[in-house]
Amino acid sequence: MQILDRRLNPSGRSLPNRQRFLRRAKALVQEAVRDASAKRDIRSADEGGEVSIPLHGIREPSFHHGSGGTRDHVLPGNKEYREGDEIQRPPSGGGGSGNEGSPDGGGEDAFRFVLTREEFLSLFLDDLELPDLAKRRLVEGSDPAWHRAGYSVAGTPSNLSLARTMRNSLSRRIALKRPRPEAVAALEAEIAALEGQPGSDDRIAKLKAELEIQLRRSQRIPWIDPIDVRYRRFEPVPRPVARAVMFCLMDVSGSMTEEMKDLAKRFYTLLYIFLQRRYKQVEIVFIRHTHEAAEVDEETFFHSRETGGTLVSTALEEMRKVVADRYPPSDWNIYAAQASDGDNAAGDSQRTARLLIDTILPACQYYAYIEVGRDGDHGMPGFPRGPTDLWRTYEQLVSAGAPMAMKKVRGRRDIFPVFRELFAKRGLLEEAKA
Amino acid sequence: MNAPVSTSPLLYEGADWDFATLMRIHDACEVVAVRDLGLDFYTNRIEIISAEQMLDAYASTGLPLFYRHWSFGKQFAQHEALYRKGLRGLAYEIVINSDPCLSYVMEENTATLQALVIAHAAFGHNHFFKNNRLFKEWTDAKGILDYLEFAKGYIAECEDRYGEIAVERVLDSAHALMNYGVHRHHRRTIDLRSEEQRERERRAHDERMYNVLWSTLPERSSSSAVADDVEKRRALLQLPQENVLYFLEKSAPRLAPWQREVIRIVRNVAQYFHPQRQTKMMNEGCATYVHHRILNTLHREGQLTDGALLEALHSHTSVIMQPDFDDPRYSGINPYALGFAMMEDIERICREPTEEDRAWFPDFAGCGDPMPVLRHGWAEFRDESFILQFLSPHLMRKMKLFHLKDDAAQPALRVDAMHDERGYRRLRRALAKQYDPAWTDPDIQVVDVDLSGDRRLILEHRVQDGRLLEEQEARQVLRHLAHLWSYDVLLREVDPTTGASLREHAVSPPR
Repeated sequence: MQILDRRLNPSGRSLPNRQRFLRRAKALVQEAVRDASAKRDIRSADEGGEVSIPLHGIREPSFHHGSGGTRDHVLPGNKEYREGDEIQRPPSGGGGSGNEGSPDGGGEDAFRFVLTREEFLSLFLDDLELPDLAKRRLVEGSDPAWHRAGYSVAGTPSNLSLARTMRNSLSRRIALKRPRPEAVAALEAEIAALEGQPGSDDRIAKLKAELEIQLRRSQRIPWIDPIDVRYRRFEPVPRPVARAVMFCLMDVSGSMTEEMKDLAKRFYTLLYIFLQRRYKQVEIVFIRHTHEAAEVDEETFFHSRETGGTLVSTALEEMRKVVADRYPPSDWNIYAAQASDGDNAAGDSQRTARLLIDTILPACQYYAYIEVGRDGDHGMPGFPRGPTDLWRTYEQLVSAGAPMAMKKVRGRRDIFPVFRELFAKRGLLEEAKA
Repeated sequence: MNAPVSTSPLLYEGADWDFATLMRIHDACEVVAVRDLGLDFYTNRIEIISAEQMLDAYASTGLPLFYRHWSFGKQFAQHEALYRKGLRGLAYEIVINSDPCLSYVMEENTATLQALVIAHAAFGHNHFFKNNRLFKEWTDAKGILDYLEFAKGYIAECEDRYGEIAVERVLDSAHALMNYGVHRHHRRTIDLRSEEQRERERRAHDERMYNVLWSTLPERSSSSAVADDVEKRRALLQLPQENVLYFLEKSAPRLAPWQREVIRIVRNVAQYFHPQRQTKMMNEGCATYVHHRILNTLHREGQLTDGALLEALHSHTSVIMQPDFDDPRYSGINPYALGFAMMEDIERICREPTEEDRAWFPDFAGCGDPMPVLRHGWAEFRDESFILQFLSPHLMRKMKLFHLKDDAAQPALRVDAMHDERGYRRLRRALAKQYDPAWTDPDIQVVDVDLSGDRRLILEHRVQDGRLLEEQEARQVLRHLAHLWSYDVLLREVDPTTGASLREHAVSPPR
């Protein structure tokens, strides 16, 4: 008879199996993640969670009997039946209540399970076709900085705190009355001085006894005891402790379809995840506009419909107001992302450009404009519509050197390139630091 | 420190336990098991695991180390989701048929549950594993752990060498045929320990092996020899063959040696589990009966408090709960319920038989001591034969069993037999049949290979009671089979009485 404690064995023994399962069901899981991230709000995009995939895709087949033929069931709990009784067949499911369940259990048509945050995020980013390098940056949390945090009794020799150790040693020596070396030396000197002088034998004997005691005591009470030793302690602290605010600007006039809004949402989500990795606190401001702009909550932002013309400058004006009220650029990193189908009222372009150059861009870390369009627009010969008003306006700004990114987005895969610039900048910065 | 000298006979008090408590519980159970029940068991090894480890163990069908495959990850994910939502609790224990006998117990269990689990698994199941004829003949308790270790290592090595995907394809296909990877009838003694050695020798031998499928010698074709050829071919290929995986391992023409070995591993695991499928009801009945007797004895002797016994009984009764057929909770006959009821019934017949019992069971009715009868039953029978031999009219009445015949050709279901004088024997036969894998699994065999033509593999499903295969899945399994065989596969569903073909499925290997 033996009793073993297995609880301390390394956990996660089934992880390789789980990875194999996720690889196997990748297409299905990805689909599920896509659905789930469309339903979630931006802030919870990078949490894990339950997803459900259709069972048929991951079935393990086996030979078993189909319906038809003769079956026998022996059942417990007879109440009224007599031999020879006939019973109406239950409406669905061949064979009535006695039917043994299918080997997969219950014949459910959906398979539900829980994804971890990392798995969810990695699938979400995969779906956007992010390059691996960028993905790794996003999935990994920022590595922590080590900050001094008091003293500890254990540590490496290199972290030994000499001053603190000696202080402890000193107070202990005083408390335990360990003789100071000078005191011992003085006693020895006195004995040496008295040595040979007549009539001082008594005194010498007394002094010698005293010296004996002192020496014994200094032997018993060490100069430095292990309990004195202190080490400098360090604690991991998440590195960037800055705050960021993210402005989502979107044209919600009638020409923006649900599909376009979904693309925009993905872009915002990705930006949010990205910012969350870099800043401790990230706030989001949603501003929608038609011919007038308003700050709204996320639900309204994505799902309510408005009618009216299109005046981009109103949104920029609103953003300027919010920044002035609540997010002074000295305290906040400001990121802005604007999504639109490119329409703008004639005559508003001038005002928009002015606002951007004079107030918005100087306050922003980053300004991205994405112009969403339908898939169908893409390959049309001749591209019937030329560049839109807004595009032309912004293009002029960019060519004049304004710090903003702009991109036409027609599908999910187009979203990432908008970020490339941002990543590139960050990479350069890091190199410069190193 | 002076250890407090305990004069109380109590094994423990309250819900907390430590290793010393477990040790005391085990030793006390052992005394009762040997003295009162006359059990004979492998040495015990009890391992304490956490909930997460229990989920791990679930995912690999309870085996402590198993090769890697996505399907286990799938099961883990499913159990985990259910467990997290609180929809399903975890088993208190898992026990492995090995020598020494491994029992996993959960750390969350209270002391009483640990006592219940130890009595149940470490003595009940353990005795059954060591003594039942099926387990003795078909499994190798000494070698299983080493063999699993070898299998895990071998498959990991294959993954390194040939890629995860390639190995997965073979495993997928072999798993689909797992139920057809056992020898049901004849069997030489198995020695899993030498499997690794054999694998090496086999590889050397295979290189010299003569494979009839690749025979290119010119054949003398004369019409009179045709019948002879068929017989010779069948003999050479050992046809007909019910063990499809065995046949593939030995005769599939285009498998690489490692693929054959992977199939062999799946086959050996299937064979190891085969007795468990056939004795589920008895095995649980035996273990439940044993824990019931042991705990009651301990309580009578003052080693368990009243509270502990009540807690144990609470778990006991929920385990052996049998909902009626029309209850929404009904999901088949609970093997614990039927098993325990049969064991108790045998005890009753031995101690206080009625006239009816004496007529039905003249061999042992009124013999006084149930243990020799039970031990004999546990050793020599499987579920099907145990029911045929020991299910009494008294128990059929008590459980109010009845037999329902469901003929798809008839508009209504018919009550064929019930718990009365006319029905007992028929009812018992029908119930026994439900526990016979040979009856519940479709009877499929490899019957021939078309050697003169396109090397098509021909299988036969001998249709019983007009129950044809579920077509969609059957085709999927056949695709897996064709993948291993590498040529076309034909499955004929035939009526065994007339020999008429009822349906055919032909599948080509995936290109």
